[in-house]
Amino acid sequence: MDHEQRVELIIEGAGCASCVGKIEGALKGVSGVVGAEMNFAERTVSVDGSVPIDDLIKAVESVGYNAKGTEGVSEDDLMDEKEATDLAYYKRLMREVTIALTLGIPLMAYSLIVGEMTVTTTTERIVWLIIGLLTAGVMYFSGKHFYVGAWKSFLNHSANMDTLIALGTGTAWIYSMVVVFFPTVVPDMARHVYFEATAMIIGLIDLGLALELKARGRTSQAIKRLIGLQAKTARVIRDDKEIDIPIEKVLLNDHVRVRPGEKIPVDGIVVEGHTAIDESMLTGEPMPVEKKESDEVVAGTLNKTGSVVFKATRVGKDTALAQIINMVKRAQNSKPPISRLADIISAYFVPVVMIIAVVSALVWLNFGPEPAVAFAIVSATTVLIIACPCALGLATPMSVMVGVGKAAEAGVLIRNGEALQTASKITAMILDKTGTITLGAPKVTNIHLVNAKDEDGVLHLAASLEAGSEHPLAMSIVESAQDRGLSPSGVEKFKAIAGHGVEGVVEGKELLFGNEKLMRDRRINVNGAIDAAQQMAAEAQTPMYFAVGGQLAAIIAVSDPIKEDSIEAIRRLQKNGIRVVMLTGDNRATAKAVANKVGITEFFAEVLPEEKSNKVAELQMQGEIVGMTGDGINDAPALALANVGFAIGTGTDVAIESADITLMRGSLHGLADAIAVSKATLRNIKQNLFGAFIYNVAGVPFAAGVLYPFFGLLLSPVIAGAAMAFSSVTVVTNANRLRLFKAQEH
Amino acid sequence: MLIINILGILLIAGIVWWFWLYKPADVSENSSDLLVTVKNGVYQPARLKIPAGEAASIKFLREEASPCAGTVVFSDLDISEELPLNKQKTINLPALTPGTYSFTCQMQMYRGELIVSDKP
Repeated sequence: MDHEQRVELIIEGAGCASCVGKIEGALKGVSGVVGAEMNFAERTVSVDGSVPIDDLIKAVESVGYNAKGTEGVSEDDLMDEKEATDLAYYKRLMREVTIALTLGIPLMAYSLIVGEMTVTTTTERIVWLIIGLLTAGVMYFSGKHFYVGAWKSFLNHSANMDTLIALGTGTAWIYSMVVVFFPTVVPDMARHVYFEATAMIIGLIDLGLALELKARGRTSQAIKRLIGLQAKTARVIRDDKEIDIPIEKVLLNDHVRVRPGEKIPVDGIVVEGHTAIDESMLTGEPMPVEKKESDEVVAGTLNKTGSVVFKATRVGKDTALAQIINMVKRAQNSKPPISRLADIISAYFVPVVMIIAVVSALVWLNFGPEPAVAFAIVSATTVLIIACPCALGLATPMSVMVGVGKAAEAGVLIRNGEALQTASKITAMILDKTGTITLGAPKVTNIHLVNAKDEDGVLHLAASLEAGSEHPLAMSIVESAQDRGLSPSGVEKFKAIAGHGVEGVVEGKELLFGNEKLMRDRRINVNGAIDAAQQMAAEAQTPMYFAVGGQLAAIIAVSDPIKEDSIEAIRRLQKNGIRVVMLTGDNRATAKAVANKVGITEFFAEVLPEEKSNKVAELQMQGEIVGMTGDGINDAPALALANVGFAIGTGTDVAIESADITLMRGSLHGLADAIAVSKATLRNIKQNLFGAFIYNVAGVPFAAGVLYPFFGLLLSPVIAGAAMAFSSVTVVTNANRLRLFKAQEH
Repeated sequence: MLIINILGILLIAGIVWWFWLYKPADVSENSSDLLVTVKNGVYQPARLKIPAGEAASIKFLREEASPCAGTVVFSDLDISEELPLNKQKTINLPALTPGTYSFTCQMQMYRGELIVSDKP
């Protein structure tokens, strides 16, 4: 750090103005610090001096506060910077194109109109010498990057596109200069110059690079849109004052006010007010979501109606939006297995093309008609110029970039290229029932008394027992009790019996709450209640047996409503030839009722959580490529074992870590969208790879002159240059076609 | 003509040897402070050596505006990072098992190797 340098630190935990002196003092005490000044309102401190930032952070920590640097550049700034870099590079390329084509086009026109550019007279030698020198100027001003790149790669024992272009144009120019200086070295008929080829090829390939750059810019539109969702400033409340600060400076637990029409700057929990928030930009869910105290809000979403204050719970790189951006960026740059062959080929491609060029020249020299030297030079140059490793290399990444971005726009986060490719091949999809097909918010719909006297008494005991449980069914019991104004008592000896139920002691009574199997295991007589339970199950309600003091007291039925669009989305999957299988821990009758309603014929009921992955394996044994959809937490082992694990996020709660693909909204349409976008992307990759392979496989032999003996056809190096320049533009443009993909095709 | 043919065959042999058979010496060996410059179509140095079983970090400095230079991908490690122009970007690597890991640009035209070996 220079003496002149100023470092800004964000201070956490500074709650009172007296902290200012302590922190400034601690920093000034560090040797090398010239000055330290704290802005208490913003909780930042500016330090002048030549000290590593870690030492400054330690000094602040030594007096009991936390500090962090503000050096991190925001995604927004990075994107702006990238755009500025690309624009400057584009302008430079276009300048180079202009210089090269200003010489190349008239020369080309001359060769087409006047004819052969031969060197016979002294005047011609002088004129061509001048043009040769002008071409050298073009090579320097417009093509220097090819030659420098080729040379550096050569020293590195590698070869790339620069190598081919440098060799191709270099060969044409050197041969032409030899003709100009030593015409007698080559046979009469071969005294031909190719300066127009050199200038045109450089111009055209620079033009191709410029167009490719423009097209590439469009491939990252989705990520740009996500980054654009971030608010730039936040209105935080510090010392009862509301101040606007950059979002990078928002601290954990800061209270932040958001007014109608403003974006939520960081993740948090509402502490005051209520509003409706449009989360569509993140989740694809079109309806605004009501938010009141204790509800979560997510950075990047739009506050619609009310003014709210929320407490910041995740800031900076930890917000869901930042994680989503990070994940999409990573996925956009990852490669699906389909690209492996292209990758292997591109690693060997350039030296192979160089060898083909040499072989082609030798064949022409040995067996070609006169002027064999000219034919050899033309064919070698054309082979070098037409071969396009870029088209091969670009084929996959460009499509993945657009496809992953397009998926993100539809609220589908794809972890990497492999998940993208496998998702396109899924033949069977396992859907967890609760929370996936259904809302996952069950309600008590029926209380059938057996030995108990009143419903409220039963519900009170049941709710007291379940208060400590996190199971969705338990929560429905507790909520129902609250709705009836019943407050729970304390529970002792609480124990959850996985996949079966719970037990515990409330008000001295031994309680047991769970499925029929649990009752039978504990030898509780349920015989008189089986019919009622079956009736409930047939109506898609989940009956649960409640025993008090070793005797069945009641059956409480809860029902979890099916999501509005589950039926339609499942039909969409089935229409695409996917075998849809439902999986649930619920009893068989309830499972059957739900399956019937949503049109699923195959289901597994009463599956214990640890058995879910066995069902995935079972389908895989049958040769299916299995997708598993669950909530990402309880289903982690099954999600991991499936060929593709889909986690259903509930809008804000993004289970990024556990799944290959995360659906940001609850709707199962996301699933069909994810598969559709994967298929479209894979199709696009295949088109690109096919195009790139065919182009090189057909182009290189054509350039070498294999058609000459049969049809007298030999490709001009200029045409080869144009084809090469536009082959990679074509690949990027084809990838951009994916942007037109419509996610929700019902 | 014979001489030209022999020269041609020698040229082919030279290409095979230079680009495929010849392995340049390890250029950079240091676990704490590796700097790779991205310029003129290559990574410099293009071969890095780090000890196995230790986390390491590599700084990349992109000095070339071409978009090809803009991303570095360690495909075996599922790492892909954008490189800003003229600014160092640190890439943190987890502790790795011995082996050779390649790093490339998106299109595999810029190529480098990370050699992870057991400590002597």
